Amino acid sequence: MSTHVGAVHEHHGPPAAHQSSRVDARTLGILLFIGSEIMLFGSFFAAYFFVRVVNPGAPDTWPPEPYEFPVFVAGVNTCILVTSSFTMHWALQSIKRGQRVGFLAGMVLTFLMGLAFLLTQVVEYLHVGFNTGDGAFASVFFGLTGLHGAHVAVGLTLLAMVIVRGFRGHYSPAHHHGVELPGIYWHFVDVMWIVVYTTVYLL
Amino acid sequence: MESPFRSEAAAFRFLLVTIGAFALIVVTSWISALLGFVTFLALSAAAVWMYVGQRRRESPGNADHTGEPAAARILVVADETLGSDELMSAISTLALTQPARFLVVCPAVDTRRKTSTSAEDAARAEARKRLDATLARLASVGVEAHGELGDSDPLQAIDDAVRTFQPDEIVISTHPPGRSSWLEGGVVDAASARFDVPVTHVVADVDARSRG
Repeated sequence: MSTHVGAVHEHHGPPAAHQSSRVDARTLGILLFIGSEIMLFGSFFAAYFFVRVVNPGAPDTWPPEPYEFPVFVAGVNTCILVTSSFTMHWALQSIKRGQRVGFLAGMVLTFLMGLAFLLTQVVEYLHVGFNTGDGAFASVFFGLTGLHGAHVAVGLTLLAMVIVRGFRGHYSPAHHHGVELPGIYWHFVDVMWIVVYTTVYLL
Repeated sequence: MESPFRSEAAAFRFLLVTIGAFALIVVTSWISALLGFVTFLALSAAAVWMYVGQRRRESPGNADHTGEPAAARILVVADETLGSDELMSAISTLALTQPARFLVVCPAVDTRRKTSTSAEDAARAEARKRLDATLARLASVGVEAHGELGDSDPLQAIDDAVRTFQPDEIVISTHPPGRSSWLEGGVVDAASARFDVPVTHVVADVDARSRG
């Protein structure tokens, strides 16, 4: 038997992919994803504004009588979601400084507030007083807020994965990309909600 | 302007700005719908103004220099002719005529055969050797130069380097016509057309010297 020390191969499989762009591939990925999301929301907003403009009582009456949007409840929900962005930011800053307790507390709080937002939205749907069959305004309302709700659900899934990994001891001041990207996504979802809440409920 | 979602911190700041902007729009809209619309237009104009202003600040051509003139940034692109006498002579001439900083980019793979046979690891290792040797030679004669391996597509490699290095001049070194796959692919002409900086073509007959 002979031993070929010099022939030890450390690398198997195809060569590492060359990166032509100077943007980190994962960051570029989420940027492209967010770009596509903006276009998706844009199409829903186009439908919303169209329905709103052609509504018989436009521009003074919105939503059509006798319906009303639950502005106050949605406002409280907005506060919850905005606060969750603060805790998300706190969580990331904590892990960057090596403070695991702050990181985990921030992530759990963010998740709980996101969950509260989603559950409140479900309750809001149950008590809003109209359904998708009550006119185009109802369809675009449920379409737009539901689309956002779906994004919150996806965000919660990402946050849950970060929390599980966090409690398993993952992430460190040097390696926290897995927290950064869900954080970007969470803030994006928050930004979209600000736009949705303002245009649908307030204006 | 950099993407507001380039990092979590940037996205968080963007969220705060969004809240402020939309709060202003809502408040002014409650006062008067027209005022709200005007506020929306004004904020949009402000965003465009900030975007243009940032682009101007980022443009190297508008930098104010009060002391010695800034060193010219010269991008050198070569693969198998890297380290050739012709290229070293061209770099030395440029370095003597003006204060200059060089970025040497070596696109690692230059033949379809190497690409199709996935012989890229070996090609990149060879390119790295040539690059290190060239940088060492340049450093020994006092030329400030950095180097990196680029994308296997030379135009893409130039494009990447232009974006990050923002050169004032590009030097592309190739084999003579007839033996250069880059010339056959129109790399020099395409670079001249694509980039708004002078492109100098250096022909290095490495094979003739090795035969001689």
